[in-house]
Amino acid sequence: MRRSVSTRLLWASASAGVLALVFSLTGCSGGQQSTLDAVGPGARRTEGLWWLFFGISMGIFVEVMALLGWALWRRRRSRVRIKDGDAVGFISALGVVVPLLILILVYGVGLRDLNALAAPDDEPTVNVDVVGHRWWWEIHYPDRPQAVTANEIHIPVGESVRIRLTTADVQHSFWVPQLMPKTDLIAGKVNSTWLRADRPGRYRGQCAEYCGQQHAFMALLVIAESRPQFDSWLAGLVPPTDEPLTDAEQRGRAVFARSACATCHTVRGTSATATVGPDLTNVGGRWSLGAGAAPNDPGHLGGWIVNSQTIKPGNAMPPQPVAPGDLPDLIAYLRSLG
Amino acid sequence: MTVSTAEQLRTGVGPRDIAHLEREWGERPSLHSWFATVDHKRIGRRYMVTAGIFFIIAGTDAMIMRTQLARPNSTLLSPEEYNQLFTMHGTAMIFLFATPMFFGFGNFLVPLMIGARDMAFPRLNAFGYWVFVFAGSVMFASQFVGAAPDGGWFGYVPLTDRPYSAGINLDVYCLGLLFLGVSTTAGAINFIVTALKLRAPGMSLNRVPLFVWAIVGTSFMVVFALPALNLANAMLFLDRRFGTHFFDPAHGGNTLLWQHLFWIFGHPDVYIIVMPALGIVSAVLPAFCRRGVAAYPLMVLSIVTIAIISFGVWVHHMFATGLPQLSYSFFSAASTLITIPSGIQIFAWLATMLKGQIRARTPFLFVVGFVVTFVLGGFTGVMFAITAFDQQVTDSYFVVAHFHYVLFGGAVFPMIAGIYFWLPKFTGRMYAERLGRWAFWLVFVGFNTTFLPMHVSGLFGMPRRVYTYPTGLGWDAWNLIATVGAYVLAIGLLLVLTSVVRAIRWGPPAPPDPWEADTLEWATSSPPRPYNFAVIPQVHSVHPMWDRRTRDGLARGEALSGHRTPQTSELDGQHERDTDMPEESLMPLITAVGILVLVLGLLWGWYWVAGMGATVLAGTLARWLWPPERSPQEAGIVS
Repeated sequence: MRRSVSTRLLWASASAGVLALVFSLTGCSGGQQSTLDAVGPGARRTEGLWWLFFGISMGIFVEVMALLGWALWRRRRSRVRIKDGDAVGFISALGVVVPLLILILVYGVGLRDLNALAAPDDEPTVNVDVVGHRWWWEIHYPDRPQAVTANEIHIPVGESVRIRLTTADVQHSFWVPQLMPKTDLIAGKVNSTWLRADRPGRYRGQCAEYCGQQHAFMALLVIAESRPQFDSWLAGLVPPTDEPLTDAEQRGRAVFARSACATCHTVRGTSATATVGPDLTNVGGRWSLGAGAAPNDPGHLGGWIVNSQTIKPGNAMPPQPVAPGDLPDLIAYLRSLG
Repeated sequence: MTVSTAEQLRTGVGPRDIAHLEREWGERPSLHSWFATVDHKRIGRRYMVTAGIFFIIAGTDAMIMRTQLARPNSTLLSPEEYNQLFTMHGTAMIFLFATPMFFGFGNFLVPLMIGARDMAFPRLNAFGYWVFVFAGSVMFASQFVGAAPDGGWFGYVPLTDRPYSAGINLDVYCLGLLFLGVSTTAGAINFIVTALKLRAPGMSLNRVPLFVWAIVGTSFMVVFALPALNLANAMLFLDRRFGTHFFDPAHGGNTLLWQHLFWIFGHPDVYIIVMPALGIVSAVLPAFCRRGVAAYPLMVLSIVTIAIISFGVWVHHMFATGLPQLSYSFFSAASTLITIPSGIQIFAWLATMLKGQIRARTPFLFVVGFVVTFVLGGFTGVMFAITAFDQQVTDSYFVVAHFHYVLFGGAVFPMIAGIYFWLPKFTGRMYAERLGRWAFWLVFVGFNTTFLPMHVSGLFGMPRRVYTYPTGLGWDAWNLIATVGAYVLAIGLLLVLTSVVRAIRWGPPAPPDPWEADTLEWATSSPPRPYNFAVIPQVHSVHPMWDRRTRDGLARGEALSGHRTPQTSELDGQHERDTDMPEESLMPLITAVGILVLVLGLLWGWYWVAGMGATVLAGTLARWLWPPERSPQEAGIVS
């Protein structure tokens, strides 16, 4: 009985370590929100820290497990007599000196990286203001008056972007794991961070500070694209697209103007200029509805308009009594934006 | 409950002495005595049972959450329900389970370990228990009517302030915690005074059991940390109810003030929870290694060091709030350093095992499980001390994994070890070894299967406190594994409960000292008589029960008569005088009811009811504290 207990103990301890190794070595680095698939210099720093910590931790873990295993194994081998002595040397060496050296190293590396995270090594070329709302992100490009969108940030690839963070209500936290560690949005305070993506792509982020009922659906997408693509996207954001509308889209625009939509939302170039909800000037081209709550397709858009509470309970938009005949027109109009 | 006759046989005390002590100390079983008892052992057991019940409720909350999170886009729970569940799970586990459970251990064991007959303030002790029960009941009652706090256990403003949390939910949180704080503070002061003044003659500070050191260190942390939390909660209540602006930036308030105050309490609180557990490990190991814990002075130093440094690390909970980097570097250094004293303890325990002769009984298994998990939690703890890395993984599932390794691995494993170890002393019955081993393996495997995967989902970017998550982000499998693990863990914990119930109902009677352990609680019968020790032990070393001189003294000494216990000097444990101990009383209960009425009145805004509660409180306190009429001899004025 005794024998099997200690054997199993060893086995379990070892397997815990092995399991930890397995997940790290499987090569799966997660999805488009993973800290282990860094695409920017900020996240690359912390990914490097992780592997440093992981290596050191596994080393010490093996050491501790070996000592533990030795204590358990030796016990049944021989009738060892109780040895006196306080082993102060052993404890001081393994419990003080070695850890202290490791900690000094780790702390030093950590300070170096903290300093590196403070500011990019090049001058940011784009400014973005992010305002947190329950539960969506308001995005401004202050260098371009009226360039406003929601829940997605386009950035030029390879260039640093300065982000200014404020909140309209409670605390939130701005976190795009593949690009940069998080920074909180603090009521009554202006915080800042920066982003840089080294290759084009779509990087998901999510509010990381609990902010109430729909904290789970306060996601955003950072879209890194080439400079020309970025410029044309940004240019398209400022003057509303003047593309000719179809009949259905024109009818939809009329529905938008006369119903409750315009009391909360803005569509630039129209009479709708309210700022309670997200700016809808380019809503048709966005990646999602409700900050990650639903995909942005005609079906979900209709569902969202009629009763968004079934998709994202608690969000600020009340159910809209749009006449069934008007709904397809309204959807067509909104899809045409952006 | 059985009465062992071992005490009478072993000591040189006659049956008449025993009869006298039974008369002086015995509490006749009656309804009155059930409410009026001041016996630290009854109160200690009540603390443990009550905290255990709260653990079951808060654990059930966790199981419901894990079920919801097993699959992406699950709709088992509404977001409001989930948010109440995770808030209550955290709040209850921290405030209503962990600390009260260890206070239960401390209550039962500290007087026994130091050779005293009760706590220094037995009535204050009873009062603390009643307040704890009432505060816990109020908070859990809110859950059953669907109005539980839903702002997280950390209650960050402005979310927890008006207008974002308009209901009664957050009033329950701040008033409930203020109410509970009365109990915790009273208990801590009682432990400090008991350990400093009521130690058996000869128990100088360098002979105090490590468990008692841990409880005293914890109590000092409570005394210094809790005022910050109480202040924060009082200000939150004033903001919410009376429109003050402490946390309102629009009127000059500051939302980060809450975070500072909360974590000035909150980080020491982690050690308030873990330190007694480390004390249990130091108490359990000698019995199963057949030698004392190595490097006693280093162990004591590390307890004291942790208690001090723990007050200098709180900002590592705020590394993402945008404070100046220079301040981060200081708190990062302190947070890094605090692992050293914990490391000392780990290697001292390893040395104890290496140099001892191990008997791998169930309590020992749980200690080994503790070492494995606590070490892993320590590694991730250092990671969170490094600001840059912290900013990446804080508020993700990585931190959920980390603190469960620290709090479950570091506190609950030793707690279960302690339950098995002291069950003979608590109940007078032995547990069944086989069942205990099964429980250990299920808890150990279940725990790691639950929380190891959370490191991965956290590193893959999964934020904590989300009621559901979309598929396609690489989180699904890890969450499913965690949920399966949680069910295994729950079965293991049920087996622990079964072990206890089975032992109480059918277990064989326990001898006074089943483990041949080293501390004084094993010098009395199992369970101890109301007076604990007929003969007050004389202490000559740090392991009194392994010391011939103490054992001989217990066998041949004379009984200390009367409702008295010795009072000794703080440092050297020199006998000063024998002091009278208070009798049972209803005052503690009535005082606690007074506060309950006060709190409920404030909660519902019935201020006249609150006024009535305050009046009852003032009246009973005056009555309670009114000096009794004693002769000068009794009062100790004339010797």
